[in-house]
Parts: sequence; C-alpha cells; structure tokens
Amino acid sequence: MSDAAIRTHDLAKRYGSIQALAGLSMSIPPGAVFGFLGPNGAGKTTAVKLLLGLARPSGGDAEVLGHPIGSRASRRRVGYLPELFRYQSWLTAREVLALHCELAGIDRAAWAREIEDALAVVGLRERGGTRVGGFSKGMQQRLGLGVALLGDPELVLLDEPTSALDPVGRHDVREIIRELSERGVTVFLNSHLLSEVEQVCDRVAIVDHGKVVAEGTLEELLRTDTVRVHVTDLPRDADGTLASFGALDLDGDWLIARQIDTARVPELVAALVRLGARVHAVEPHHETLEDRFLRQLGGS
Amino acid sequence: MLTLTIARLTVLEMLRRRLFLVLIGLTLLVIAFTSWGFGQIATAGHPPLDRTQQIAVVSQLLILVGFMFSFTLAFSAVFAGAPALSGDVESGTALAILARPIGRAEFVVGKWLGVVITILVYAIPTTALQLFMVDRIVQYVPPHPLEFIAYITAEAIVVLTLALALSTRFAGMVGGVVALIFWGVAWIGGIVGGVGTALDNATAVHVGTATRLLLPTDGMWRGAIWSLEPAAIIAGIQAAGRAASAGNPFFAATPAEPLYVAWTLAWIVGGLGIAVWLFARREI
Repeated sequence: MSDAAIRTHDLAKRYGSIQALAGLSMSIPPGAVFGFLGPNGAGKTTAVKLLLGLARPSGGDAEVLGHPIGSRASRRRVGYLPELFRYQSWLTAREVLALHCELAGIDRAAWAREIEDALAVVGLRERGGTRVGGFSKGMQQRLGLGVALLGDPELVLLDEPTSALDPVGRHDVREIIRELSERGVTVFLNSHLLSEVEQVCDRVAIVDHGKVVAEGTLEELLRTDTVRVHVTDLPRDADGTLASFGALDLDGDWLIARQIDTARVPELVAALVRLGARVHAVEPHHETLEDRFLRQLGGS
Repeated sequence: MLTLTIARLTVLEMLRRRLFLVLIGLTLLVIAFTSWGFGQIATAGHPPLDRTQQIAVVSQLLILVGFMFSFTLAFSAVFAGAPALSGDVESGTALAILARPIGRAEFVVGKWLGVVITILVYAIPTTALQLFMVDRIVQYVPPHPLEFIAYITAEAIVVLTLALALSTRFAGMVGGVVALIFWGVAWIGGIVGGVGTALDNATAVHVGTATRLLLPTDGMWRGAIWSLEPAAIIAGIQAAGRAASAGNPFFAATPAEPLYVAWTLAWIVGGLGIAVWLFARREI
C-alpha cells in the first residue's frame, strides 16, 4: 500500500478562460476520512473527476493508490458515487450492481454475495428486482452508494453523497462512512454540508477558487487562541492587573481571553486566584466548522 | 473483455427500450403487406402477365422493397448510434462506468459492437423472411440474396460508424441529423455521378466518385441493387444505352469492386478509430 491514498501536486484544470482548479496540492493518508469542503464552483467535483481520469489536468500531477491518475490501475480499487448519479433506467438494481461487479473485475463467484451485501447496506434489499427507472432520486443515490461499495475498495470517493436523501438516509450514510473508516478504507467526502463533514471526517481541506485554503485535522482547523475561564468573585478593578494577557472580555461569569499564548494560561489562572477570584473551569474555545469555513472564505 | 460487457449492455438497452421490438413489429407488418402485394402480381394485367413479365415486375418491386430495408436500417443505425456516447455523457451514466478500470476504447468499441449485433439480428431474419415470402408467393429468388443482406448491412454499419464518431462530440440529435444529411448527400452524389457518366460530364463523375469514397453508403446500396437485379434486366437496360443505365438510382449492372469493398472495410475501421481517438480526449 502506498503511504498516501491520494497525493496531488500543483494539480490544475482550466476550462477555456475559467480556472476550475489552481494548483491543488494535498496528501491524504490511507484510512483517513477526508472532507473536501468548498462553496459551489470551488472546484470540488473537478478535483474528483481529475482523480478518476474522467477529465485531464491542465497542469500538475497526482497519484491515486500509488498509481498515476488516468491509469487503469489507479481505478482498480476505487468506489465512486458521482454527484450526478444516474444509472441505466432499463436495468434492475441487481443488474446495475452486477454490471459494476463485472466492470470492477470482481470474481464472478463473489457477485451474488457482493450484490446482496450492497443492497442490504444501502437499504434496497426489497427493491433489488425493481428497474432503476422506477426509483426515486433518493433510492438512486442509495443504489449509487451500493455501487461504490462493491468489491472491497481501498478508496471510496463520495461526491455530495446525501444530496437527495432524507434525514434517515443521511444518518445511514454517516454510519456507512464510519464503518468504512473502521475497516481502514480511505473515504474522500466531497460536500458542502458542514455538519455532515464535522460528524464523520478526521481530516478536512477547505477549497476555494480552485485552491486549498486550509487543511488539517478537525482539531487543528478548529482550534483557536481563545480561552474561556469560568470565574466568580472577580474584583471590579482587575483590569489593570490582567492587561498583560491581552484583550479580555467578561461575558457573565465567563472571562474570555482572546489571542492569548496558551503557555500563559496557568499564569492567567494564578493571577486571577491572587486577585481573590474563584476559578471553576478553563476551556479552550473551538470554532464550529461553519465559523471556520465562513472565516476562511471571507479572508481568502 | 469489457468490450463485450458494454456490447451486451447496449444490446440489452435496445431490447428493453423496445426500439428493436417496435422495429421488428413494423417490419413484419410491412413484409405481410408487401407479400400480399406480390401475390397480386400473379393475377394482374389483362391478359395476365407471362412469367418473364412477372419476374421483371417482381424483381423491380423487390429492389424498391430492398430500398425500404436499406433506408430503415440506415435510419435505425443513426438513431441507435448518434446518442450512444453523447447520451451516456449527458445523462451522467458514463461517470460511474468510466470511473471503473475500463478503457475509453473498450467503451466505444463495445457500444459500436452492440449496435452492429442489433443490426445483424434485425437485418438477417427480416430480409431473409421477405425473400422467403417472395419465393413462396411468386416463386422468385433474386440472383444474389446473401450478397444483398451483406451489402445493406455494410451500408448500415458505415452510417452507424459515422453517427458514433459524431456522438463523441455532438448531442444525439445534432449527430443524428448530421449523419442523415451525409447519408442523403452520398445517395444524391451517387446519382450525380451516374448522370455524369451518362452525359460524359467529368465534373459530375468526380463528384460521384468523391462522395462514394467519402461515405461509402451509396456504393454499398448499389451493390445491394446489383444483387437483386436479374441478368436479363441488366442486359436489357445496358442494351438501352448508357443514359438508361448510369443515371438510374435503382439500377446497378456490376457488384462493388473488391478494392471498393476493401476501402469500405478500411473506412469502417478508420471511422471507429477516429471515434475512439475523439472520445479518449473527451472530458466526462
């Protein structure tokens, strides 16, 4: 196994005068659940199409599972649910899955088990014999997810996998992603649903105007240099003594220290105690992914 | 062999979408109708036609029926081929398939092969049934029945290859219209060439030759006519002079030359190669 499930270096894509992707560089370790976030038109789907060889890059290079993008080998152990999920309307769900078993090179003896497992996982066991033309959009997306899970893939790329699903379906998808993660499968989740990403991803990249503007673990991305201290009996004239700790705001019983060097937090607590205040709790303040996303895009 | 997987999928699509079944149903109706018509020839005329006259009428009517088969096959090939690639790209079904470890060449050749198989499955039994019915009703078998089937099938495969190549870049409707226009232009070009030969006009002859080479559909159709034409009719029309034979779009005195058949095969292979090349460079 390669040391990165996906590695891109300055990957670029231009459509005429439009720069859809401008120098995408990232490395996704095997087994990660990677959230690829960005507003509409940021280049998320373009990146996925480049990784799968569906479109050709204008510049840069990339590898999927250790093979150059566009090569047949790079697609051998990959499952993919497209944003535009359409399957042959004249086939039944089982026939669509059988077709993809064949295309994925799965041993024919394993087809029946693969198909029934996929139908069960996505909740379509009762509809396996129904033609896809009679499916709702949500059912088609569930089928697409089943197609992506066939053949024990090493990497699953999900492009907006819950766009047509109801809350139950969204919950199911999160459970499927967690299960894939437990099996060590790398998941590349393309989404603009921040809560979805926040719940399942352990690494996130925020992309805007075709460039990654922030990348890291959720912990790294959402950590801030703000600390909240739950304090009572704080003397009214404490401001002068605490001025060296930077901007401090009092919100009820919470003292909020912004832009404080985390190494100085014990010093702040000691100063408060010396002033006669009672310290009940000290909490690092985390942004929500939405706050971080909006702040990043606002500043990028 | 994922080419065969795609071919099988294409054939299944034709069957499940009922295009094939509708075509078969309508063709059987036409065969029934034409068979009734051929039956009327035996009793037609006052006094009734003698055997030689009957054969002359039946053979010429059979060429017109053959033209219907040629027309139906060419149109069906265009309707099946023109959206074969562009339809999958536009609808999004190509996304999931081409993300699998399948080459673009396998996908294009598989689509082509699927439509070719459908054409063969349609053309061989229906034309054989038509010729069988004529034989049963008026006891007439054209001189080269197998060649007739081969020529009209080749014509359909040529126009299918053109439609498929257009489908790599154009929407189904656009590619279909363009392919049919080219097919029509090739037919007219053949007539222009014939008229040029009749009138000794070098320019018109060159136009005919150029269209026969650029799109060998009319060349195959001329071969199909020859295969249905009795030797006595060929001799009679040739005796009537070059104007009577060369300018007639429903007459051919000779089969396609081996070199021209080779050119047609090369054209099909080349056209398919161009389709593969174009589709390999298409963004999905």
